[in-house]
Amino acid sequence: MKAAPFDYVAPDSVEAAVDCLAENVGDAMVLAGGQTLMPLLALRMSQPTVLVDINRIEALQGVTRGDGATRIGAVTRQADALTDRTIADHAPGIPKALRFVGHYQTRNRGTVGGSIALGEPAAELPCTALTLGAKIEARSVRGTRLIDAEDFYLGPYTNALESDELVTAVLFPDLPHGTITLAHEVARRPGDFALVGLICALTIHGGTFHAARIGWFGMGQTPLRSLETERSLVGERVSGIDLADVARMAVSETDPADDHHATAAYRRTVGERVFRRAVSQALESA
Amino acid sequence: MSEHRIELTVDGEQIAATVEARTSLGDFLREECGRTGVHLGCEHGVCGACTVIVDGRAVRSCLMLAVQADGVQVTTAQGLAAPDGALSPVQQAMHDEYALQCGFCTPGVVMTLTALTAGEARPTEAEVRAALSGHLCRCTGYQGMLRVARRLSGANG
Repeated sequence: MKAAPFDYVAPDSVEAAVDCLAENVGDAMVLAGGQTLMPLLALRMSQPTVLVDINRIEALQGVTRGDGATRIGAVTRQADALTDRTIADHAPGIPKALRFVGHYQTRNRGTVGGSIALGEPAAELPCTALTLGAKIEARSVRGTRLIDAEDFYLGPYTNALESDELVTAVLFPDLPHGTITLAHEVARRPGDFALVGLICALTIHGGTFHAARIGWFGMGQTPLRSLETERSLVGERVSGIDLADVARMAVSETDPADDHHATAAYRRTVGERVFRRAVSQALESA
Repeated sequence: MSEHRIELTVDGEQIAATVEARTSLGDFLREECGRTGVHLGCEHGVCGACTVIVDGRAVRSCLMLAVQADGVQVTTAQGLAAPDGALSPVQQAMHDEYALQCGFCTPGVVMTLTALTAGEARPTEAEVRAALSGHLCRCTGYQGMLRVARRLSGANG
């Protein structure tokens, strides 16, 4: 349980960090909160030559507002994001999901950007980014680009970043007035990855759905959305829908797998119940 | 393989050392600082036994590199008691409530409860349960730890 040897650098600017990544393409790994990478190093499942620690870069920390979005710096700690007033006011879906992320102790170091960049299919934050329509800000020596979360996740732990790109922030757009958000998951123990997880943003005006976003984690190779179900809800009266039917349709758009934690059939069954329970609770309290 | 000079404060003691990049904070505390009260169980972030307080926050010392601790303040279970040996409130409550048996998970639990109840913090039962879920105790169980937290939060005496 000891990491193999590596070189370590802790640049104090984004420029220095991306220079370092460009000089060590394929050999370097970025160390953010380390709550996933450190176990992978200890188990020797990852053996980078160079570790680029971005924790000392002040520009990557904290939460700011601008252009109708909430911008969360990549190394903002999950514990800080969980209690951040700006996030709570403008993107309340994020703290709802963060409650389920890891443990109290790991949220104290784990970062928002690290989890979103990693793209564990059963993790909460990648699905939060996908469902809430976030943009991932990526920087390299070639410049900065924004990647839509829906284009970001290509497979388990596989994303659209070039090997020398660094996630510098995640931007969550303001949701329309009248949007309610919810997050719920079922895991074997608190802190475990979800067997089934759901994140929704439902925009309701005058008792009618104007927009719906339904995101799942633990239900496929990447976080995913039930796009047809989302479209089918638009224009429907909230009081007129049969939640059991909607849940069945939403789950039919997922692609869960059998593994040693749960069967795909179990995940589908639980997914429908999670959907019915979480959505009905959210609609009642809205 | 790079080596790095670090300076940090461990349990109030100024420490300067040269560390290999790959050395975890937990290994450093045990092997270079004599803090064998930091118990390394799984060494990959699951068991919680190695939890220490870094700059006021409970973190897993196996999931942080020693080199990352340059400039920080670390508190381990060995830094809690007063110089005359008087136990800290959490330690005393752990003793009074029979909240340990074999003792392996205990230092980590003590550090989490210390961080959770520091200052004026009065965590709710749900918050305590959630925080304790980050620790594996496989002998006496969690009821005693919950009594400790209730006592320190002023709930149920």
